[in-house]
Amino acid sequence: MNSLSKLRPWEKFFWPLISAFLLLALWHYSVIWTGTKVFPSPLSVLRGLTQLIHQHVLWKDIADSFRRVAIGYGAAAVVAIPLGLTLGWYPAAYQVVNPVMQILRPISPIAWIPVAIVFFGIGDRPAIFLVFLSAFFPIVVACISGVSRVPPVFRRAGRNFGLSPIQLLARVIFPAALPQILVGLRIALGIAWLVVVAGEMIAVDSGLGYLVIDSRNSGNRYDLVVAAMLVIGLIGLALDISFRRLEKAPSVRWGFRDAS
Amino acid sequence: MVFERDGQAISVLSDISLDVGDGEFICIVGPSGCGKSTLLNTLAGFISPTSGSVVIDGEAVTGPDPRRILVFQDHGVFPWLTVEGNIGFGLSKLPRAEREKRIAHYVNMVRLQGFERSYPSDLSGGMKQRLQVARALAVNPDILYLDEPFGALDSITRVIMRGELLRIWQTERRTIFFVTHDIDEAVQLADRVVVLSSRPARVQDVLSIDIPHPRNISSPRYLELRDELLKQIGLAYEV
Repeated sequence: MNSLSKLRPWEKFFWPLISAFLLLALWHYSVIWTGTKVFPSPLSVLRGLTQLIHQHVLWKDIADSFRRVAIGYGAAAVVAIPLGLTLGWYPAAYQVVNPVMQILRPISPIAWIPVAIVFFGIGDRPAIFLVFLSAFFPIVVACISGVSRVPPVFRRAGRNFGLSPIQLLARVIFPAALPQILVGLRIALGIAWLVVVAGEMIAVDSGLGYLVIDSRNSGNRYDLVVAAMLVIGLIGLALDISFRRLEKAPSVRWGFRDAS
Repeated sequence: MVFERDGQAISVLSDISLDVGDGEFICIVGPSGCGKSTLLNTLAGFISPTSGSVVIDGEAVTGPDPRRILVFQDHGVFPWLTVEGNIGFGLSKLPRAEREKRIAHYVNMVRLQGFERSYPSDLSGGMKQRLQVARALAVNPDILYLDEPFGALDSITRVIMRGELLRIWQTERRTIFFVTHDIDEAVQLADRVVVLSSRPARVQDVLSIDIPHPRNISSPRYLELRDELLKQIGLAYEV
C-alpha cells in the first residue's frame, strides 16, 4: 500500500471499523487488566450515555452549548468578515490594526476567562464572549490573506469593466477570496467548539462543558465524564463535516481543487 | 515609459508613435521582454505613460474603461461565475431581457452552446479564452487588447483559435491590438504588424500584410512577409 495505490470502495469503511474496534478492545481490556476503580470501561460509558439520554439533561446541555457557539461565532463572523475585507483592501488600515492584533491573537481564549467574568459576570455572556474571541481572529486573518492573495488579473479585469471600488470589493474581491474565507470560518468553528466547553466549566451551570465538570464533582461519575467527552467529539466532527459540504458549492469549488 | 526598480530607472518604452484606424487588426511583435505587454497596458489605461499620451478619438486615455477591454493570456475568466455569469459580468446595468439576449448572442458567437451553466474549471483552455473574448465583446467595446491570448494553448488549439478570432473580427469589426511572440500568428491575423526593438522598445518597423483573408499560408507572398519579419527580429532563416 503506497500513495499511488487507490483505495477499493469497501476499504473506506473496513479499515476505520477495524481500528475503532481494536481501540475499544484495547480500552476494555486495559480497564480489566489494571483493575482501575476510577476509569470506566466502554460498556459502563455506554450505560452512562443511555442514562444521560433518558434523564433528558443531555439534550438541554447540547442545546445550550449550541446556542452559545451560535451567538458567539455568528457575532464573530458578522464583525470579522467586513473588518478583514477592509484590512486586506486598505494596506494603511492594516498597518494600524496589525500590531494590536498580533499581540492579542496568540493569547489563549482560556486566559481571558477572568477578564470575561469581570466584564460580564456569571452566566451565558462570558462564555459567549470567549467563543466570540476565539473565532474572531482566525476569521479576520483568513479574510486579510484571502483578499491580499486575489490575483491581480481579477482586479484588473474588474476595473476594466468599469466597477467602482465598492462594486469591485463585492463582485470580484469577495468571491475571489471566498474559498480562503471559508477555510478560516471552518477553523474558527472548530476552535469555537473547543472553547465553549472550556468556558462552560467556569462561568455557567449548563452545557456540555458543565456536564463534564459536574459529573466529576458530583460523585466522581467518570462514566458520565467520558460519555460527555465522546458526545463533544462526535458533535465537533459533525460540525466539521457539515462545514466541508459548503466547500463543494459550485461558486467556491474552484478554490479547493488541490486540497480535496 | 520609465519604470523604477531597486532605485534604478528602467526605460521600457521610448519614442513609440503609431496611428491606428478604426477596425484595424494590429499585431505587435518583438523580442521577449521588450515591453509589448507594457505597451498594451499603457494603451488600455492600466499604466500611465511617464511622457507622451494615448489618444483615442481625440480623447486622452486616463484609466481603464469598458470601451476598451484587455484580454489576458491566462486565468482571466472569473472561476466563481458560470459561462453566462462571466459573459454578463459587464452588463449589470442593462435590463434583464436585454442582458440575456446579449449573453445568448455571445455564447453562440464563441460556440459555447450547451456550456451556459458550466463553470470555467470544467472548460478547456481554448474554451476559457473564447469565454474571455465573449465577456470582452459583450460590453460592446471599440477596442480589444489581446495580450498573447493563445500563448498558453497547445499548437493545434492555437491554429483553431486564430480562425475563430478572424471569424469574430470579420463579423464584429472591432479595432484589435494583438500582442504575440509568434511570427506566423502575426502574419496570419494582422492588417499591419508592428515590430518593436529590444528594450527600450521603439517602433522598428510597421509591416502591412497585403494578403486578403482567408490567407494561404504556403503562398509566396505569405512566406516573403514572414521571412521579412523574422529578419526584422534578427532571426536566421534556418534553425
